Amino acid sequence: MTNLPGEDLHLPEGRRAGKPFVRLLHYWRAMWGIIWRELWRFVTQRERFISALVRPLVWLFVFAAGFRAALGLAITPPYETYILYEVYITPGLIGMIQLFNGMQSSLSMVYDREMGSMRILMVCPLPRWFLLISKLLAGTGVSILQAYVFLAIAWFYDIQAPWQGYVWIMPALLLSGLMLGALGLLLSSFIKQLENFAGVMNFVIFPMFFMSTALYPLWKIKESSALLYNLAQYNPFSQAVELIRFALYGQFNQQAFIYTFAAFVIFMTAAIIGYNPSKGMMMRKGGA
Amino acid sequence: MNSSIALSVEGLSFSYGGKKALTQVSFKIQPGECTILLGPNGAGKSTLFSLITRLYDTRDGRIELCGFDIKRQTLSALAKLGVVFQQTTLDMDLSVMQNLRYHTSLHGMGRKQAMQRIQQELERLNMYDRRFEKVRQLNGGHRRRVEIARALLHKPSVLLLDEPTVGLDVPSRLSIVEYVHRLAVEEKLAVLWASHLIDEIYPDDHLIVLHKGQVKANGTVDDVLEITNTPTIKDAFYTLTQGEQA
Repeated sequence: MTNLPGEDLHLPEGRRAGKPFVRLLHYWRAMWGIIWRELWRFVTQRERFISALVRPLVWLFVFAAGFRAALGLAITPPYETYILYEVYITPGLIGMIQLFNGMQSSLSMVYDREMGSMRILMVCPLPRWFLLISKLLAGTGVSILQAYVFLAIAWFYDIQAPWQGYVWIMPALLLSGLMLGALGLLLSSFIKQLENFAGVMNFVIFPMFFMSTALYPLWKIKESSALLYNLAQYNPFSQAVELIRFALYGQFNQQAFIYTFAAFVIFMTAAIIGYNPSKGMMMRKGGA
Repeated sequence: MNSSIALSVEGLSFSYGGKKALTQVSFKIQPGECTILLGPNGAGKSTLFSLITRLYDTRDGRIELCGFDIKRQTLSALAKLGVVFQQTTLDMDLSVMQNLRYHTSLHGMGRKQAMQRIQQELERLNMYDRRFEKVRQLNGGHRRRVEIARALLHKPSVLLLDEPTVGLDVPSRLSIVEYVHRLAVEEKLAVLWASHLIDEIYPDDHLIVLHKGQVKANGTVDDVLEITNTPTIKDAFYTLTQGEQA
C-alpha cells in the first residue's frame, strides 16, 4: 500500500502500528481525556455542583427531621443499635445523588447528541464500547466526588460512620455509580429529544427512588403492601443502596453486590447495543 | 484495493425506514483534490457524511478511507479522517486549548506532540493568541477556524466539511473557503466539502452534484458544464436538479 499524506500521529515516535503498548497508551490517554473533561465541566458549572448537593441535604435536614418522630426503626443489619431516621436514610440519599447523577449524564448525552458534540466522540478511532465505558467512568467519578462531599457535611451533622466505612464505601460507590450510570446511558440511547427527558423523571427516577429501601426498610414496606415489597426488593436501586449502607459500616452485602453487578452488566450491554450503528437505536433516530 | 484513492464510495444506498435517502452513490476522491458535494437541501449530503463517519451503518455499498473499509476496519479508517460538522461541536464552556487537547487525547497523542500540533494549526489560522479564550467568547467565524484546526490535529488524509460556512459573514466565509482549498494543495489532503453555495466552487475543483439521493454529475467543473451544455455552474446545477434552489 502506498503511503498517503497524513503521517500517522497516533503512534509515538519509533513505535509501529498494532503494538499492544501503543494501543494501550492510546486508550489510556483517551479515557483520561474524557474523564478530565467531565470533571472539569462539573467543577466549573457551580450551579450543577451546588444543586447536586442541595437536593439530598434538603432531604436530610428537612424531610428526615420531620419523619424522625413518625417512623420507628427496629434494629436491622448493618445497624447494631437503634438509629435515628437521618442515619438510616443517609445511604439512600447517597444512592439518590448517584441516581440523579446517572440521569444527568444521560441527559447530557442526549444534549450532546442534539448539539452535535457527541459526534466528535463517536468519530474518533476507538471502539464505541470503550468510549461509552469511559463516559460512564467519568460520570461515576463525578458522583463519587459528590457523595464524599455529602458525607463530609453529614459528618458535621453528627451522622458519623466508623472510619473504615469511609474507605469501604468507595468500591461500593464505584459499582453503584457504574450501574446507575449504565442505566442512564441505556435510556439516552432510546431518548430522541431533550424534551422527552421529563418522562424519564416521572417513569424512572421517582419510581426507582420511592420504591426502594432508600427511605424505609423492606420490612416496613412489607407491612403496608406485599406488591410494593416485591417491587422494592427487586429494584436494582434498592440493592445499590443496601450495598452502600453495608459498606458504610465496614460490611459486605454479597447479595446486594451480585445483584448490583448483574444489573450493571445487563444495562451496559444493552447500552452498547443501543449505541452500535449496526444494531442499535441510532439508525432509527438518525444520528449519534 | 487501490490505496492511491483517499476516499472511495461504491454503490452506496441508504433508507430511513421505507424512504430512500441515497441510491447507488459512487465516487472517488484523490489526495490533493478538493471535491465539492453540491446539492439542494434534502439531497442526502448529511446522510452521506453520517455514513462516511460511521455514525450510520453501511448496509448497501462500500466506503473505503485510504484503503480501509469503514465497516470492517472502522478504527483504521476513522484515524485517517478529519471532520467539520455542520453544527458547532465545540464545548462552549471550555477554552480553545481545552477543546483541542480533548481532541488530541481522543486520538492518543501525548502532551508534547499535542502542544506542537495545536500551535502549528492555530498559528496557520491566526488563532494561537486566542488559545486560552473560552469558545463562547469567539465569533462564528473564529469558532469555525478552531473546528478546522481541530479536524487537522491528527493529520488526517481526508477532510470532510459539512456546510461549514453556513451562517458566517462574507469575509469569514471567503477566508475559510480559500484556506481549505490551499490546504488541499499544500498538504495533499483529500477534501470533501458539502455545500449548497455555488460561489464556494473554484475552477479546479472536482464537483459532485447530488439530487434526491442520486449522483447527477461527477467530474471537473469543465466536465459538468460540458455534460449539461451550460455556461455557468449555476445553470448546470439548475438543469441537473430540475430547477431546485441550491
